[in-house]
Parts: sequence; structure tokens; C-alpha cells
Amino acid sequence: MMLNANIPSGPIEQAWDKARFDMKLVSPANKRRHSLIVVGSGLAGASASASLGELGYNVKCFCFQDSPRRAHSIAAQGGINAAKNYPNDGDSIYRLFYDTLKGGDFRAREANVYRLAQISVKIIDQCVAQGVPFAREYGGLLANRSFGGAQVSRTFYARGQTGQQLLLGAYQALERQVYAGTVTMVPRTEMLDLIVIYGQARGIVARNLVDGELSVHIADAVILASGGYGNVYYLSTNAKGSNATAIWRAYKRGALFANPCFTQIHPTCIPVSGDYQSKLTLMSESLRNDGRIWVPKMKGDRRSPNQIPEDERDYYLERRYPSFGNLVPRDVASRNAKQVCDEDRGVGKSGLGVYLDFSDAISRLGEKIIRERYGNLFNMYQRITDEDPYKGPMRIYPAIHYTMGGLWVDYQLQSTIPGLFVLGEANFSDHGANRLGASALMQGLADGYFIIPYTVGNYLAANRFARVDESRQEIQNTVTTVRETIINCSPSEAGGPSIRSIASWAKLYGSLAA
Amino acid sequence: MEFTLKIWRQKSHNEKGEFISYPMDNVSPEMSMLECLDVLNETLMVRGEEPVAFDHDCREGICGSCGFVINGVAHGPERATIVCQLTMRHFRSGEELIIEPWRAEAFPLIKDLIVDRRSFDRIIEAGGYISVSTAQAPDGNAILVGKDAADQAMDAAVCIGCGACVAACPNGSSALFTGAKIAHLGILPQGKPERDGRALHMVAQMNAELFGNCTNIGECTGVCPKGISLEVIAIMNRDYLHASWKRREALEATIPPALERNTHRT
Repeated sequence: MMLNANIPSGPIEQAWDKARFDMKLVSPANKRRHSLIVVGSGLAGASASASLGELGYNVKCFCFQDSPRRAHSIAAQGGINAAKNYPNDGDSIYRLFYDTLKGGDFRAREANVYRLAQISVKIIDQCVAQGVPFAREYGGLLANRSFGGAQVSRTFYARGQTGQQLLLGAYQALERQVYAGTVTMVPRTEMLDLIVIYGQARGIVARNLVDGELSVHIADAVILASGGYGNVYYLSTNAKGSNATAIWRAYKRGALFANPCFTQIHPTCIPVSGDYQSKLTLMSESLRNDGRIWVPKMKGDRRSPNQIPEDERDYYLERRYPSFGNLVPRDVASRNAKQVCDEDRGVGKSGLGVYLDFSDAISRLGEKIIRERYGNLFNMYQRITDEDPYKGPMRIYPAIHYTMGGLWVDYQLQSTIPGLFVLGEANFSDHGANRLGASALMQGLADGYFIIPYTVGNYLAANRFARVDESRQEIQNTVTTVRETIINCSPSEAGGPSIRSIASWAKLYGSLAA
Repeated sequence: MEFTLKIWRQKSHNEKGEFISYPMDNVSPEMSMLECLDVLNETLMVRGEEPVAFDHDCREGICGSCGFVINGVAHGPERATIVCQLTMRHFRSGEELIIEPWRAEAFPLIKDLIVDRRSFDRIIEAGGYISVSTAQAPDGNAILVGKDAADQAMDAAVCIGCGACVAACPNGSSALFTGAKIAHLGILPQGKPERDGRALHMVAQMNAELFGNCTNIGECTGVCPKGISLEVIAIMNRDYLHASWKRREALEATIPPALERNTHRT
């Protein structure tokens, strides 16, 4: 198979303009004749559904939760990058492009990343207009902070709940379209297979998670925005329901999968406490702005952190990477944490942890400012661990957090199956081998708000769509496959006694993957 | 630690439910309430019994999926803590924990601890947004928002839509939820142009969903995992009154509630 990324020729700065000009358009009156399926209602899925609904397409959006507002984008804490250069500290579209590319070890697709950096500035505008309560300076202007992997302040944030606020913005735009009648929400429903007819993606087989009924949904194109596959490791920072079924089934139907090994290990999570543990809790990377990471210099040092004098502490990131200090990219921070723990210098009961210490920042800035910046994160830490991070350092350890790999897409975000588009974390294109902090929100919203509305239109205008009947052989075969898979997966479905839960299998395979 | 979990079991909306007691031993104090239910479900499944159905997803206290009443208190005894982050160390070993779903007319029960909260989505649908389509926005810094207003809006915007406020309210009112959205958007300059319509439409929808009236009891804010203050209800009432007066001529022009159009009610 020849893979053609369909990147427009010529300078990279003009690629997106050129691509948009070359695209075929769907006339306003014809848009409502086209039906689209969006799987997932996170930042990418909700923003895509809302934007496509606004254009007048007939959209059906699926989520497995009871409401689109639950999607796991909601858990993103730190912020969203944009090359606004409001702080006047030397940022530019080219610098955001370069940082993203370099952070990803130059393995991302340059044209996509450049487009992402260009669009980043529009995302902030859109979200502000929607009423996302971004942090502000006293004069009323937008505030910025710095983030891992960057030497400029280009991250916009809403306390430690930026993902929540951006998702609620997209969710509200989506609900506005639900009211307008352009988008139909199908909650508590999980996509279990992709329907491919004459080589085109034409629909999905989905299962109602309340009564178990299977249903067939036909459309002119299918948009997957179902997130990443971090849960193959069982313990990750992903939501419990993010099970990667949608992209896996699309792969089994012929969509190519790229860079599955590119998995991001987030450096700042709360360490594992026991084998009943169901998930790992992330502490935002923004904590590294003011927190200093250290371990004891001595091996096997089990003293409590307050008893370890300053000169017996090893601030290993500051020592090894003086220009970035604690703000090194995520992969570097994670690798170094593992290394010092392997040297038996880890802290906590399990020895798998390092300290993230705010005492310097608290004495420099005062507890009030630290509380303002990270109050909710500190509270969360205290609730889970029963330790007070205002008094002693937090313990953190790396955890599976994000998957840069995903379904292969071209410049139009179309997979190798025509009519199957893949957005956000589910695709592979924008982060290379490592994603920079505050870039996932940027990519999800760029794909959903500003890219897919154009590229899907081009696909719809350039192709013809025969009427598809549910009784077609391809569809019936797909439904049969799904039914058999369900029976094979769970003995109880076949009437036999269930001796092992799905969760326990996931745990077993997860431990193998890790 | 040891507990007896007395859990509400109900197969479906139309069947009768009952409490069933499950003894649990070897519970680690570090476990979350949901992990405790996971462990129980593992044993139930091995015994060939139906596991306890409960909604959950992010398990870090932000998606708003999970939630049930423990010993009469929505989300349990810890203030500002949702059940996925409620660790078992907050209970005394040997205690009996009575676990039941949110009970409210507007939240029909689906199974065990799962209820249908789509009425919340329909309240948002009725006007909980700022009407700006993609690509219509001016530059972000063209809209100045004072830090005080941004902070106040954020205080209201942190609502996770879990429904604890409704479950805790003796009237089953969703005033805290609706007020939080009305306050979040109304405080910001971007939300001002639609402020009147938003209050009228969202309140109309809230009433159509069979939520009860607010009588300022304050249970809602007491159990709110995000600590949303009662002030948002005052803002909602003020906006509603103001808008009703201003639009007294055109009140019949308010939108019809979305209850009828949504057909996927289970």
C-alpha cells in the first residue's frame, strides 16, 4: 500500500491556505443532505460535532458516558498552548511549531504541526468568546504561564481545570446545536465496529450500554475522536471507559495504525499504593513551574524529607539540565525519575517516587499565591494521600498518560479508509515521539473546530454516496462479527458462568504490556 | 478494615428495588469508595451474581459520572469530595455503609446506583451557552475581563454536573446546577447579551423537567463536591426576575422546553 500524506507542495507556511483553496465545497443547501457520525464527545469530538452542526450537516454524536460532558478531556489540568506572544517573550508560530516538533524528537509530520501552530491562536479566541473563564491579569488581559518543554510563556489556563473549562465550552456549543436540531446525541452507546462499503467508511455498529442492544448507524462519513489507548497498560491516567475499541476495530477493518510504541509517560502522578488500585491520578505538570524535584543523594535513605538537609538532596533535573531545570520535556523528566529510583534513591514506602517540593516557592511567593495557582491540585493530593503538600513535599512518579501513536491520517485527517477521519489523540500526526505539555488540548480543538469542518466538506463534495440499506450483506456480516465477539469475550453472554471479570483480564494484559 | 455495605439493588426502572447487605473484609484504608465496590463486584462475578452497577469514568473527581448517597449524605461524609476520591480511611472499621442512588423525580433510575441525568443536558441545551459559532470570535484580548469577574465566573464554572445537589435537596431542585451555569456565563462580558433569554429559557426547562423549587435550604451547597456557593441561586433568581420584567410583553415567546423533542429517554 502506498501511503500518501497529501501535503500541498510549496512552502510549509502556505500549505494550509493552499489546501483550503484547493478543497471542493459543499453548497449550503446541500449540507443538510449529508449525514456524519462522530464517535466521542471530548474536545475533538464535541468541537467537531458543534462546528459541523453549525455548518448545517446532519450530525450524530456518540459517547459511552451518560452525557457528552463526561469525556476524559475534562480531566486535563494544566493548560493550552497558543502562539499569541502576549507576554512579548519571543514566541511566534514558527517557535511553537519548532518546539512541538523538537519535543517530539522530529518524528511528527511537519506540515500538520505547522498548521496546528497557526490555528492555535484562533482556538484561544474561540474559547474566550464561548465564555471559558481563562486566568486573567488585573487589567483584564489573558494571563499566561510557562510549561514543560518551552522557554516562553504561551500556556493559557483556567486554574488547574483548563481541560474541564475547554470541554464545557465545546459541550455547550454542542448542546446549542442539539437544540438547533443539527446534532443528535447518542449517549451510553459504544461503537463496536466500523461499516465499510465499497471501500468507504459508511457507518458504525454500536451497542446500547443500558440494554445491550446492537444498532446500525449509516452516514456519509465517520469521524473518530475516541481518544488514545493508554489503558492497554491497565493502570494509566486515562478514564476507565477509554478502552480504545473504536480505533482498534477501525484498524481491524483496514485503517493503518502508526507508531503504537509512542506512549507518553507523564512524570508527575501520585505513586501506586496497592494492587486493588484502579487508576493513576495525575498531578498537573504545571506544578513543575514552582516545584523542585529531588531525591536523597544517599542510596536507600528512608528519613522523612524534612530531616534530609539541603546538601544531602539531589535536585537531579536542575543539576543535569541547567537551562530547562524542572521544566524539561515530559519524557526526560520521566526517564530521570525512573533512573534515580532504579539507583535505589526513590522515596515513599514502595521506593517508586521522587519528591516535588514547594517549600522554596512558598517562602519566595507566600502560601497565598501558591494556593491560588495550585490550590485544587494540592487539595486533591491531600485527599488521596492524607499528606499536606503545604507542609512537606509531594511524592510523584511517572505513569502512562497519553499515546502519540494512533490511526494513520493524511493532511486532511483522513485514515487509509476513505471517509474515515480521525481526530485528536486517536490519530498519530502531530506529536511525534513525545507530546509537549498543554498541546493535547490544542490539537483536539484544532482538529475539531478548524480542520475537520473543511476537510470533511472536501470529501463529501468530491464523492458520491449511494443509498445504503441496513439489510446489505456487508452490514449484516459486521453485525454478526460484533455479536460473536461479544459472546467470545464474556462467557456470561453465552449463558455460561462468568468466572473472570473483564476488569481482571484487563489488569492481567495490562501488566504484560507494562 | 471491615465494612458492611448495604447497597440498593434494582434491576431496572420498572422493577422494585431493595437493600442487600454485603460484608467486606480486608478493605485497605487507601482504597477509594469505588475501588471498594470494584473488589465487591469481582467477588460477586466469581460467584455468578450480578455486579453492582454504578456510573464512573475518570476516577479523579472531575468528570461527574460517579455519585451516590452514603449513609444519607450525597458523596459521603467528606466535604468537597466525590465518591471516586473518597478513601475508606474516612470511615470507621466495622461501620455499616448504606449506599443508595440519587433519588429525584427528574433523575429516573436506570439500574442499581445508576440514574438518568439527561435532564441536566437539556437545561444546558435550553440556553447554557454563548451563541458564537466556530471562527466568529474576535481576538482573545479584545474582550477584557477583570480578574475579579474571571475568578467569580470560574468559581461557578467548576460545576461537574454530578447531580449531588439535586439528590441532597429535599425538594429535588436543580437550582444550584442551573444557577451555576447562569452565573458563570452572566458574570462574563461575553455572556451579557444573552443574559435575559438564558435565565428565562433555562429556568423554564428546569421546571419542565420536574425538578422541585428552591426554598433556600442549602443542602445542595453543603454536598457540592466543588463547593459552589448558594450565591449562584441568588444570581439566577435575580436574572430571572429581571428578565421576566423586561420581557413581560413577550413572555409567551420563550422557547418550548426540550422535553418532548428528546426521544431517547429510557
